Amino acid sequence: MSVLEGKELRVVGFLCNWCSYGGADTAGVGRFTQPTDLRIIRVPCSGRINPLFVMKALVGGADGVLVSGCHPRDCHYAEGNYYARRRLEVLKGLLPVLGIDPRRFEYTWVSASEGQRWQHVVETFTAQIHALGPAQPFAGASRPADRHRPDAAAV
Amino acid sequence: MSIQDELKSAIKAALPDLSCVIGWGAGPEPLRAAPLFIRGEADLQNFSAGFLSVNNPALYLPALKGSKVGVVAKGCDARSVGQLATETLIIREEVHVIGYPCEGVIDVDKVAAALAGVCEPGEVGALREDGDNVALDTPKGEVRLAKKDIAADKCGRCIFPNAENADVFVGIRRAPTVVEDAYADIAAFEARGTEELKAFWEKEMSRCIRCYACRNACPLCVCRDHCIAASREPHWIGQTDDVPDKLFFQVIHAVHLSGRCTGCGECERACPLGIPVLKLKRALSRRVENLFGYKAGIATGTPPLLTFNIEESTIKERDW
Repeated sequence: MSVLEGKELRVVGFLCNWCSYGGADTAGVGRFTQPTDLRIIRVPCSGRINPLFVMKALVGGADGVLVSGCHPRDCHYAEGNYYARRRLEVLKGLLPVLGIDPRRFEYTWVSASEGQRWQHVVETFTAQIHALGPAQPFAGASRPADRHRPDAAAV
Repeated sequence: MSIQDELKSAIKAALPDLSCVIGWGAGPEPLRAAPLFIRGEADLQNFSAGFLSVNNPALYLPALKGSKVGVVAKGCDARSVGQLATETLIIREEVHVIGYPCEGVIDVDKVAAALAGVCEPGEVGALREDGDNVALDTPKGEVRLAKKDIAADKCGRCIFPNAENADVFVGIRRAPTVVEDAYADIAAFEARGTEELKAFWEKEMSRCIRCYACRNACPLCVCRDHCIAASREPHWIGQTDDVPDKLFFQVIHAVHLSGRCTGCGECERACPLGIPVLKLKRALSRRVENLFGYKAGIATGTPPLLTFNIEESTIKERDW
């Protein structure tokens, strides 16, 4: 999907398969319009999310990262989101010292039935990222055009 | 009996039950001591502990798991031992910790700065300790420096100078330098703002030579040959010398040490380019301390990121 130059930013979303991914689907089925900046990556559980996923996206030039999983007490695997909550909350402490605006990263909980909440979360977060503007990549970083695989970039 | 002699007799007493005792001996130049593996009483004559005992001997412990080993430990080294034991990377009963009251250790980079215009640190002929000062023999005559001016930064915020978990403690416990580490350095650093800090890391990391001395000096970096930085699949880091690749390694190191780093500062000390990589780890340590009240290497029990509470009293989630 091409980026609409100047209008669309790159927001990476890591979504739990069992809740938020379903919630995004519900929002789609319900035809709730949403901004199109978000690129969704489906993961089996928010507990699967290595904090380095978030950092890789941000250091690689993503404009924002949104993580969404099951509400506490509703984890499909009973306790994955509890671990995720601690990890992601700790991770927030790293962004400002690294020179990354901490507002570019957020995590939340959306269940599969909460289509409207999903729409609200995406709208709010995308607006927040647009207010911050495009992230300036670290010197030497190309935009995420798969710079480690020159053959893929050439295709 | 001086502390040195007391330490030597404590080592001598422990040696029969141990395969070796790790301490410090003469290094490659007068300003630097080197780790010393004491296997017999004959090795004891090379032993000394004090202002030059910079290296963290806990670094060698995970590789020696399975044999009984002794370590002579400063307060910060003992924290590393404690954290390694908490994570069962070593078996605490196998390690005999000999503690002593640490008065701080040298930062050779600070000596180099103090000697600017006089000579290079490598040209110093001899170092003599004299109470709170050191006297250095340089080609241009003797230079006297106050220990507190050339001590490592970590010593200025030291809250555990005495090895807290020592099996044998030699000497008299000294009062900590400060009562609480308020992470004032990190707060001041953070206050410079994200734009300035981004430029700061771009400049600092552009100097990085990817030698991974920071990783090799870290007592809690235990993956060794299985470090994800060396993995091709998944390919976390490319092989370029671009800032993002080099910076991302530091991010990996910091994230993998969150809730584990004891702040011994070996990463930063080992860096041949003097890049202040400890700042990233301290930022996460502060976060973990504030959220979970956990001081790595001192606290016992499950590390905070390996457990959870269903209701987290200290985590305020965003209200959308």
